[in-house]
Amino acid sequence: MDKIPILRMGAFLLVTIQVDLYDRLALNLESDLIQMVDKTRAKGVLIDISAVSIVDSFMGRIIGNIASMSRIMDAQTVVVGMQPAVAITLIELGLPLKGVHTALNVEKGMDLLKSMIDLEEEDEDQDLTEDDLIAE
Amino acid sequence: MILSLSKDTIEVVKEQDVVFTKNRVKEVAVRIKMGLVNQTRLITAASELLRNMMRYANGGKCTIEVVSSGRTNGIRLTFTDKGPGIPDIAKAMEDGFSTGKSLGLGLPGTKRLVNEFDIRSNVGEGTTVTIIKWANG
Ligand SMILES: Nc1ncnc2c1ncn2[C@@H]1O[C@H](COP(=O)(O)OP(=O)(O)O)[C@@H](O)[C@H]1O
Ligand SMILES: [Mg+2]
Repeated sequence: MDKIPILRMGAFLLVTIQVDLYDRLALNLESDLIQMVDKTRAKGVLIDISAVSIVDSFMGRIIGNIASMSRIMDAQTVVVGMQPAVAITLIELGLPLKGVHTALNVEKGMDLLKSMIDLEEEDEDQDLTEDDLIAE
Repeated sequence: MILSLSKDTIEVVKEQDVVFTKNRVKEVAVRIKMGLVNQTRLITAASELLRNMMRYANGGKCTIEVVSSGRTNGIRLTFTDKGPGIPDIAKAMEDGFSTGKSLGLGLPGTKRLVNEFDIRSNVGEGTTVTIIKWANG
């Protein structure tokens, strides 16, 4: 059976989609990725779709599902490299991929993930000091 | 007046047929020099309608035609199935309406992506959806 490889890079998972996904492949990717996030406790998921020329409502929903499931498991999702024609088509189709962060390329996507995670950690530090204050 | 310049019919029963049909539409779109954004709109629309045909009617046929309006060329796609038909077309055309627990964007979204959109359906007989995308426009 065909599978899309998921690469682990430190706290992040990287998926490069090289072909236009057909439905079963996309569904497998969704479940594999969610399992991997759970197993590795990844903090971020980077999905590179620069080689993908068609995203329809089914695929769009899968990308959205990956993002919302990952969020529940405390990981952020960034979609990188979306072709402009794909972005235009998704908007006209009526699927603006709410809640999914996007970046120009993998490098920028990594930077975005790192900054989001840093922000979260700062928030946690903040929580701690507040707790300390209450404790005093 | 819309003239048909070439015609090709594909039986769509398996997932490979769906992939094959989308590739075929792409080839024809490139051949008539359709702009990239229009190609993407057309193939995305085809993807939605092929999925509907597979999912709700267990497959059907797709006809790919190169058409001419005199001023410009385009592609006409006709999706015909002998599935259960659609009881309320107006409802099915609403954003978010789905009997398949999905997004309900396939039909209304497709209509927004193409230049001409026509849907006919009879309960118990089947459904035919016809779309046209002009090469430029
Ligand atoms: N070829 C078809 N045969 C029978 N019913 C169909 C067909 N295409 C669409 N439908 C009906 O129209 C509804 C809306 O379709 P669509 O807009 O593609 O959204 P979705 O597929 O997400 O439900 C479907 O849920 C289904 O009830
Ligand atoms: Mg649909």
